[in-house]
Amino acid sequence: MGELLINNTGVPVLAYQLVSLIMFFAGIYGFFTRRNLMMILISVELILNAADINFAVFNRYLYPGEMEGMFFALFTIAIAACETAVAIAIIINVYRNFGNAEVDNLKKMKG
Amino acid sequence: MSYFDNFLIMRSEVSLLTVILFLLLFDIIAGKKGKKYFQPVAILLFALHTLTNLVPEAAGEAFGGMYQYHPVMTIIKTVLNVATLIIFLQSKHVFDGNEMKDQRGEYYFLTLSTLLGMYLMISSGHFLLFFIGLETASIPLATLIAFSKHCKKSAEAGVKFILLSAFSSGILLFGISYLYGTTGSLYFTEVSMQISHNPLQIMAFIFFLSGLFFKVSFVPFHLWTADVYEGAPTNVTSYLSVVSKGSAAFVLMTLLFKLFGSYLYEWQTLLFWIIIVTITVGNLFALRQQNIKRFLAFSSISQAGYIALGIISGSALGMTTVIYYIFVYIFSNLAAFGVISAIESRTGKTDIPDYKGLYQTNPKLSFVMMLAMFSLAGIAPFAGFMSKFFIFSAAAEQGFYLLVIVAVVNTIISLYYYLRVVKAMFIDPNGQPLPALSTDSWNRASLILCTAAIIFVGLLGFILDMIEKQSFGI
Repeated sequence: MGELLINNTGVPVLAYQLVSLIMFFAGIYGFFTRRNLMMILISVELILNAADINFAVFNRYLYPGEMEGMFFALFTIAIAACETAVAIAIIINVYRNFGNAEVDNLKKMKG
Repeated sequence: MSYFDNFLIMRSEVSLLTVILFLLLFDIIAGKKGKKYFQPVAILLFALHTLTNLVPEAAGEAFGGMYQYHPVMTIIKTVLNVATLIIFLQSKHVFDGNEMKDQRGEYYFLTLSTLLGMYLMISSGHFLLFFIGLETASIPLATLIAFSKHCKKSAEAGVKFILLSAFSSGILLFGISYLYGTTGSLYFTEVSMQISHNPLQIMAFIFFLSGLFFKVSFVPFHLWTADVYEGAPTNVTSYLSVVSKGSAAFVLMTLLFKLFGSYLYEWQTLLFWIIIVTITVGNLFALRQQNIKRFLAFSSISQAGYIALGIISGSALGMTTVIYYIFVYIFSNLAAFGVISAIESRTGKTDIPDYKGLYQTNPKLSFVMMLAMFSLAGIAPFAGFMSKFFIFSAAAEQGFYLLVIVAVVNTIISLYYYLRVVKAMFIDPNGQPLPALSTDSWNRASLILCTAAIIFVGLLGFILDMIEKQSFGI
């Protein structure tokens, strides 16, 4: 398993794992602490991209014979783009109704 | 197998897609005169689609195992179809008014798109198709929730839903990425064979499940439910609470059976605690709600807990009872939402105190509402009692006695709040009750259908037998 984890570039798979984990938890942290809707959306994108890095890295290092992970990552990017488009449209709608895109204003409903 | 045969196996998706494309073209091409017929055409076409996909075929798979078909999927898809059809019948009058007239094409198109996503999710045999289905089911749903453009509540609910659903699918995706990393495949059959108990895989499993739990709105993941249900237009709320939840529960069950069969002990322990918390918290919060949509949101959370009672048993009987429970739940919940929608569209009132004295002016509507509440609470002669009874027996059969006791105690608590609505309508005095309302014939047809189903489905034993023939356990 040892040689598998390092390919000819000399970068071990764990280094990529570290990057993707940092991105993932930065996304979660941002999702909970940011007050602006656009920033929350960007945090969500960080989470999705962290998963994409994982797919690409696992495919390249552990299962180089097939391209399954790469394709999954490609599809995910496309789907994430759709999600962002719809989210931005709804955020614009919020902006029109409330006058800004801050989370603190979104408290019409409680209980 | 030729390329064409693949599409023959996924004929239910193809036929739904045809309906969607036809409606899209119809909406674009038809002039003002033709648009008058848009809603009846949409409803009739969808009814036709439901009828043509009634009969289960032999099991099979298409596109190299990406798409898997099992006869039980026809049954669950039919259940979802019936629910969507009833919702369409109930939402016709919403778009007959002038306010939303121009948006009706989009409503049908988007609703059917989410249904297509749920179809794909149900029959997927590969994580890619599953993820595409999941997103197809949730992205158009967000636009539906934010449907009334000038309503602040609707916009707020929409943004809450899209951000939280993107967040949950991000976590689910992260889980899938580790499942891929540890097993080297994305096909369900291969992943389920490769699954062992290493810690990374268990973490991936938890991440994956939390994404799904969000969709079914089990308790630690339920926080979006009440706000979204309250803010969304009523016809979308009913879609969310019935079709979206039902399909997610079914997908959760098939994935736990097919994919995580070797994690049986882990997910039974997990579900054990989640069911207790879900039923209890859902009930306790439902007690203090004044808005009837919010109240039904919490009631639907606790109903999700009851559905999970069937999932936890992991047997063929569990699967049968889950489908049966969803089938009955559809009629009871949609009867309630049909009444709410009729009252809201005429008077704009959605609070429980507004329903005081409804019986004096609208005896028929209050009768239907009463039946719906009785069925949701599980009072004896109605369908809700039978479905609760079967699901308890499925859990008890596998030895989850404590869980069944907790669920039964919670059923008694839930009686209090369901009967509160009935009390408001029939007993509470009110000098100025809501005026007598006239419902349009389509909504009336849906209410009659729901009432008949609530009364008779519990008595017709062949429905359960029919589902049981196709179910499978672990």
